[in-house]
Amino acid sequence: MINRLKHMNPVFLVLLLLFVAIAILSPYFLQPAGYMNFFKRAAPIAILAVGQLYVINSGGFDLSAGALVTLTVIGSSILLDGDASATWWVITAMLAVGVVVGTVNALVVSWLKVPSIIATLGMMITLGGVALTWSGGAPRGYLPENFRFFGRYLIKDLPVIKILPVAVIVMVVICAAMWWLMHRTNYGKRLVAMGDNPKAAMLAGVPLTQTRVVAFVMSSVSAVIAGILLGGFAGVSTDVGVGLELQAITAAVIGGAQLLGGRGTVGATIAGALVLQAMFTLLNILGFPKPIRDVVQGLILISAVVIAGYRRRRSGG
Amino acid sequence: MFYKFAATALTALAVALPAHAQNFDDPVEFAKQKDMLAATANGAAETPWLQYYGDVMADTSAFKKDGPHTICFSNAGVNNPWRVVGWNTMQAEVDLHDNIANFVVTDAEGSDDKQIADIEDLLAGGTCDALIVSPNTTAALTPAVEKACEQLPVIVFDRGVNTNCPVTFIKPVGGYGFGIQSGEFIAANAPAGSDVLMLRILPGVDVLETRYSAAKRILEEAGLNIVGAEFTDGDRAKTKAIVEDYIQRGNQLGAVWMDAGATSVAAIEAFEDMGLDVPIVTGEDQQDFLQKWQEIGMNTIAPTYPTYQWRTPILAALKILDGEAIPGPEWNLPQPAITNDNLADFVNPSMPPLHYAACGCENMPDYPARWGGK
Amino acid sequence: MKRFGRKNLSALAPFLLLLVAIAIYVAVAIITDQTQYLTVENLLGLLGRSIALGITAVGQTFAILIASIDLSVANLISVSAVLASAIMSGDPAMMLPAVVTVLVVGVVVGLINGLVITQFEVNPLIATLGMALVLQGLLSAAFNNFAGAVPDEFQTFAYGQVGGVSVSLLFLIGLTIAAWVFLRFTKPGSNIYSVGGNPEAAKLAGMRTTRVVITAHIICSVCATIAGLYLASRLQSGAPWIGRDGVYDLESIAVVVIGGTALSGGRGGVWGTLMGVMIFSLIDSIFNLAGVDAFAKQILRGVIIVAAVAVYAMRSRRIEA
Repeated sequence: MINRLKHMNPVFLVLLLLFVAIAILSPYFLQPAGYMNFFKRAAPIAILAVGQLYVINSGGFDLSAGALVTLTVIGSSILLDGDASATWWVITAMLAVGVVVGTVNALVVSWLKVPSIIATLGMMITLGGVALTWSGGAPRGYLPENFRFFGRYLIKDLPVIKILPVAVIVMVVICAAMWWLMHRTNYGKRLVAMGDNPKAAMLAGVPLTQTRVVAFVMSSVSAVIAGILLGGFAGVSTDVGVGLELQAITAAVIGGAQLLGGRGTVGATIAGALVLQAMFTLLNILGFPKPIRDVVQGLILISAVVIAGYRRRRSGG
Repeated sequence: MFYKFAATALTALAVALPAHAQNFDDPVEFAKQKDMLAATANGAAETPWLQYYGDVMADTSAFKKDGPHTICFSNAGVNNPWRVVGWNTMQAEVDLHDNIANFVVTDAEGSDDKQIADIEDLLAGGTCDALIVSPNTTAALTPAVEKACEQLPVIVFDRGVNTNCPVTFIKPVGGYGFGIQSGEFIAANAPAGSDVLMLRILPGVDVLETRYSAAKRILEEAGLNIVGAEFTDGDRAKTKAIVEDYIQRGNQLGAVWMDAGATSVAAIEAFEDMGLDVPIVTGEDQQDFLQKWQEIGMNTIAPTYPTYQWRTPILAALKILDGEAIPGPEWNLPQPAITNDNLADFVNPSMPPLHYAACGCENMPDYPARWGGK
Repeated sequence: MKRFGRKNLSALAPFLLLLVAIAIYVAVAIITDQTQYLTVENLLGLLGRSIALGITAVGQTFAILIASIDLSVANLISVSAVLASAIMSGDPAMMLPAVVTVLVVGVVVGLINGLVITQFEVNPLIATLGMALVLQGLLSAAFNNFAGAVPDEFQTFAYGQVGGVSVSLLFLIGLTIAAWVFLRFTKPGSNIYSVGGNPEAAKLAGMRTTRVVITAHIICSVCATIAGLYLASRLQSGAPWIGRDGVYDLESIAVVVIGGTALSGGRGGVWGTLMGVMIFSLIDSIFNLAGVDAFAKQILRGVIIVAAVAVYAMRSRRIEA
């Protein structure tokens, strides 16, 4: 038992401590409205972080995720312009955009041998430009209620939990699917093998390009889904995605993922995202000014990596 | 510990600053704009973009020149919906004039550094007959504008600069006026002593700083409890999250004061989604806010910073090049506020949600398509 | 022979890219009938558009040469500009203390970056990203607006001229020469190439790689603080968002790689970086001349970055193959 505790990822313990602290400081978060709102706010970043984990485990980065979130929100609002009957095809079209963006990212890395940080940085700048050109620099169009359903609506009058935001259902479903793909399929094994040592993986018969394409597509599609949730949460805005890619990387790293190829797990990454959100919530309850969130995010980011490195060295791994 | 130390040190530094920083809380200017709001403007009420207060004129005979002209415009950016509507309106105004041969435009994309370089580029080109500048921030653009003044007639509008060298500086009554209109409404209508959250787009811009300082002064004098002033970057998601955060902290918000209306609806939704009654949330003249106001029957006010002011600089430039005297060194346009009484006059569902109603553009070419309307 | 070829090509490629950019600029000026822009002063002035980016990128070159990277430069620029103008507060007597303080801050930030990377073995991206967040948070907590002002004397840095050439441009060129001399002709300079090219071999050869990495990061951070001083001088006052608004972190990395310095370290140099900066300025000016919409410009910028790096990547693969 004690041995198992020792090997447990410390992120879960940190999360538990944060939850206890929040509950003590603000009883509001013990009520369904409080904790459900918390999970609703955490949903987009959790989904993004798990998508990012695929790319990190493959040995790369995806800096374009935040810009894709913005493009999704702006593109949907322009295409829809309030027309509720178009919602389904617009969502389909946006997911297709995600697939294309992820594929391009992966092929630029695989075929042109451009490091993923530059490839996705270029994609980030390009997507930002596309979003601005398309919208003319400011939000246009608007999102009909059935599009906003996913990010905004609450299912009410349920037993025990009373309310359930649709965003939380989306988060659970998407994360479960991504957990299954990562940890229960051959694909997941190939991905980790590639991240560990691409040459060895290739010799062992792992199709590198194909594996990488799937990883980047998972990240981009998760960005589109996060965009649909965020657009639903608050409506159209032009810089909704700014900095989200860094939050996603932070969440994955807090969960123990190693950059440049690692063995991060989906569960720990979700916990990492929740730690980040819980930390922000705690700072808010304590009345700290917003900029302090950045300071805390920076410090826990570095600490997480330092602690993970220390544990690895100690366990001789 | 580290935070405390570092923040204390930096804060001490910030407090120790002498009054070199610009003064955005000037009682004289506050009083002047308060009087202006009550005064009647000169000129025809049907063309408010040509109206002005007072009778101080700038002599422009030295700039008289034969047409057709090249008018140059250094734009701070079109990075918010207000600027997009204004920019469309300005382009429509240019289309109305045959004696503008060239309209050369640079867009600084919201960067001071780039706008300074843009102005240098325009001056180096040497083809401009008049230069219109909409500065990104006040202090940073001052040296570049001063340099431009030495070469050609300059018109500054919207945000100001710290120099009197331009022929005229065009703006509505001003930021204090905006803050006075919304501040006084909250002071008169919010429950006595209740909590007020102040939401701002971004710091450093004079017209926004003065809106804030004027409203803050009035709210404090009315004994209301200002629980916070936060920057939203004009982003709806951030706005909604911030309002939710303040509600979760246990504040009983009697009003949310907004320095601009683009994110007012997001603030309203935060209350709706948490199952609370919507208190006073001030806004501006954009359609989504006006329609929401009408739909849920709020009691609120929408001061405006009319986008018709984007027509005036073009008209002013042509008058200057004709040698005709214009109001200067300051040209103040009327600045109406939308209230429950005249709300219906401004609501127009056929225009886009972020269209600004006070655009003065209804009779311009390509209306409403140019502004995205149906 | 192979070695010679590679070296030659990676030095030549940014120059060729620059010539292409100049050719397009001239062509656009002629086609759009704006030949008044085609003067030597104007071409020099193009570089003058991007002094802050240039100074930052020279520093970033050092970080990338040792196969590291620095994402904290943009926020450090803001810290530097705000501190400088706050300390000066318009008083010429405070210019020296302000400059010294700011440079010391640069040394400390670079030292911390270097120590976190070498002692705790934290990936440089994470280490400097963490630093970026901490710097920005502290700065924004203490300042939310333009702070203080620089005295007129200090504005000479940005607006002064010597013999018709701007002081800041001369400074950037001087800085580049100094960096080049350091990298080419001194022992610590050649150590940077060795450590970046092959850290294991450098370690085996008895080199103190830790010290080299820390040195490179200190140089990088100090350059960023100088860029902050320049912006304070140009904008008259520092504000906590100027570094972030200029996207100096990502843009400096982009111009360094466009200038031919390999992200994997050990190859490239500051002249390439300066050409990268010039290419970026030219792109901006070409779009201004052609009247291209500001947003479309951004799309092309992203594509150009990826394309340039792809060219280098393809080339080095072909030669090694």
